[in-house]
Amino acid sequence: MASCTLETQTAPSAEVNPVAWLLRSLFPPSALLLPGAASAAYNFNFPEPVTPIARETLHIHNEFMLIITVLFVVVFAIMIYSMIKHRKSSGHAPAKFTGPTGALQWFWALIPFAILLFIDFVLMGIPAVQAIINMEDTQTKADMVLKVTGMQWKWQYEYPESGVKFISTLATPRDQIANAEAKGENYLLEVDKPVVLPVGKKVRILLTSTDVIHTWWVPQFGVKRDAIPGFLRETWVLIEKPGIYRGQCAELCGKDHGFMPVVVHAVPEPEYLAWVEAQKAEAKAAAGGADRTWSKDELVAEGKAVYEKVCAACHQPDGKGLPPAFPALAGSKIVSGPLLDMNGKVIKDSHVDRVLHGKAGTAMQAFATSLSDVELAAVITYERNSFGNQAGDMIQPAQIKSLR
Amino acid sequence: MSTATTHTAEHPAGEYHGGLLRWLTTTNHKDIGTMYLTFSLIMFFVGGLMILAVRAELFSPGLQLMQPEFFNQLIGVHALVMIFAALMPAATGFANWMLPLMIGAPDMALPRLNNWGFWLLPPAAILLTLPFTLALFGIGDGALATGWTFYAPLSVQGGMGVDFAILAVHILGISSIMGSINIIVTIFNMRAPGMTMMKLPLFAWGWLITAFLLIATLPVLAGAVTMLLTDRHFGTHFFDAAGGGDPILFQHLFWFFGHPEVYILLLPVWGLMPHVLSTFSRKPTYGYKAQVYSFIAIGLLSVVVWAHHFFTAGMPVPALVYFMFSTMAISLPLAVLFFCWIATMWKGAMTFETPMLFAVGFIVLFGIAGLTGLILADVAADAQYHHSYFVVAHFHYALFAGGIMGVMTGVYYWLPKWTGHMYSEKLGKLHFWLTVVSFNLTFLPQFFLGLAGMPRRIPDYALQFAEFNAISTLGAFVLGFSQLLFAWNIWSCVRGGPKVESRVWEGAEGLEWELPSPPPHHTWEIQPVIK
Repeated sequence: MASCTLETQTAPSAEVNPVAWLLRSLFPPSALLLPGAASAAYNFNFPEPVTPIARETLHIHNEFMLIITVLFVVVFAIMIYSMIKHRKSSGHAPAKFTGPTGALQWFWALIPFAILLFIDFVLMGIPAVQAIINMEDTQTKADMVLKVTGMQWKWQYEYPESGVKFISTLATPRDQIANAEAKGENYLLEVDKPVVLPVGKKVRILLTSTDVIHTWWVPQFGVKRDAIPGFLRETWVLIEKPGIYRGQCAELCGKDHGFMPVVVHAVPEPEYLAWVEAQKAEAKAAAGGADRTWSKDELVAEGKAVYEKVCAACHQPDGKGLPPAFPALAGSKIVSGPLLDMNGKVIKDSHVDRVLHGKAGTAMQAFATSLSDVELAAVITYERNSFGNQAGDMIQPAQIKSLR
Repeated sequence: MSTATTHTAEHPAGEYHGGLLRWLTTTNHKDIGTMYLTFSLIMFFVGGLMILAVRAELFSPGLQLMQPEFFNQLIGVHALVMIFAALMPAATGFANWMLPLMIGAPDMALPRLNNWGFWLLPPAAILLTLPFTLALFGIGDGALATGWTFYAPLSVQGGMGVDFAILAVHILGISSIMGSINIIVTIFNMRAPGMTMMKLPLFAWGWLITAFLLIATLPVLAGAVTMLLTDRHFGTHFFDAAGGGDPILFQHLFWFFGHPEVYILLLPVWGLMPHVLSTFSRKPTYGYKAQVYSFIAIGLLSVVVWAHHFFTAGMPVPALVYFMFSTMAISLPLAVLFFCWIATMWKGAMTFETPMLFAVGFIVLFGIAGLTGLILADVAADAQYHHSYFVVAHFHYALFAGGIMGVMTGVYYWLPKWTGHMYSEKLGKLHFWLTVVSFNLTFLPQFFLGLAGMPRRIPDYALQFAEFNAISTLGAFVLGFSQLLFAWNIWSCVRGGPKVESRVWEGAEGLEWELPSPPPHHTWEIQPVIK
């Protein structure tokens, strides 16, 4: 069990006595009521909250769980008492009443409903409304904006203020998923490029999607919001503690729904600012790369990396795809077709057209918005010269730039 | 058709003839009820096998048995099969068998419609599952892979399994609407003289509200999936933002049907409970009127709370508050039902035969579903529960412990009446205890998985979820295989067993218990008069 501990989630499962663990898993109320369970309670409760919303949610959740546990125990204690006491075998003669008789009985029959009414709309209702207002207040005193775009099956993050923009995909090796290799500590919860956010700042998060509905969820933030194609949704986080926070896509979004994690690095502000500067410099270098002429070998090498990160989930590392939903690139007519027309323009439904603009109604998305000129040129060149495809030609980043 | 031969054997010879043709053409409510129940039991095992494959895959981290595409198909079709082909036909089977007996009617009001309603089901079930088989032969890419909710635009993108599922849902919907019309007409027109609406058995009341809900909401589902079909094939853009549509519109339409559907599945069972509790407590039902009014209140509330199924899609604060409070309001009429169930038991003279055990198990476990439903209504906390295993656990407490265990209560309660034989109490009790223990072993850990942050509908998961998933899979297999006892018990009871009297249970009250067990093919040809 020790191997299951996540560095950022306070889930010290190694410390849990297996018997107590089994008991608590079979009798949930005891998890709440056992004294001393608090430290290990995150096994049976939300992970440690690190935003004001998550703290409020945990508080509300604990309070409500207590209320419903009490209701459960009281109601069923009465029933079980009756089941023991009013058995035929104990000689109990059945009563004949069919409803409350007299004012006193009506009073006792109505009391539970008055209590429930109070619990619903006052005890639970008032904090719940406050929590909603707090959760939906995305704009007051927001320090910065993060735009999150869901796409099958990765997340794109964009910082509008600084122009930093990148894609974040699953970093767990395929061999681990196929059980061919030992699973790492953060199996399925690790990405190649985590999103970085400053602690102590209110971050307004805007969400959208390029294909189907995804849901961005980091349990320790207490935030979960759908990313809907064609619409913007918003939420906010104010991370109080530096650390690495992990979550997942929560809305079924097709084949690799289970393989699009969210990883957030929360760092102190100076570190965040330094990171932003580094990203800008990197982007500038990459943009510069678009203007020079690349050799075919350079493009193929770069393209292989892009392909494995972005394309291989559907078209498979060997280019054979998963037909019919995800066609093969190996031996594909589209891939081996002409690159551009005589005027150097994109041919409709050609290889370049597909990669840049996608195919409507399928999982093939328009990569023109999410990949850079270099990445696009590289991956197109790679696909045309791999998996047994022998188009032999190549496309330069500068050409992609002019085709946009 | 083995059912045909066994069934014929239990009735006096010479009353009717024919094998398969008899079952194809029958308009007798008892025959049709038997067919509904048999179909339901078969599909219960079909849907169960699908989910056992899923649970086997989830036994440990990593992909062992199947690829994610196939996993996605199994979870969605499992849900559609269990809801539309197992639970709903079981309730309709009860209605067909018992409503005429309970209200003193010679048959259902519209017998031919009744036959048609049933015979639409097998083709629909085939449509739903056929894509699995086709995929084996390399045709298409398998069944519906969007989950049972068909959410656009994922369902617009999906393969032909989506089209098969859309057509299956249409046919199942037509069948349910016809069944509902029949039940409403029967209850309104064919009650025995003197049986006023407020003397109607509660089972009939529960079904009456269900029937109205079905007629009110199924056309909305049919409309939504038709819009989806035209989006997929005929160039419309109802759910495509690029064409001026809205993906969330689909969710509104789907859940306008989907939420009442929960009560459609549960109201017949709630109607059945007081009969069973009063029988085995040997005491009249407590709060008849209160229960009737609660049924009506729940029916009305159920159509105005739908958006709580997608709080995380984002909506204005007033809408969030409204849907939260209207959802919480359902707890009041539901609490009335719980109160009446327990008050019916209170100061009775209880015995605990199998139906009573299932009824008590139902009340306790369904209580967990109701209470977790109350906290799920809270928008802020829902942001954590939603799309997680917490929700999966919650609705299985509602639909397995509430729905399916409710149906099992009814089967054990009425089986001796239907067959004229007593089932094996010993096996029945064993079935109950195995079911209850393994059910909790399966679904309690899922609450914790959800709280710890495991999303639903994922074929593989992070390592910290491993232990609870292993326990859950273990429970699921015991749960699945225990149901073979149920099937065996029914089968042996149909074949033979100790003869039972008209009034099978000591404390049973109502018209159905005044008829012989099994009742003759035609009953209440002269209607009884209720004083």
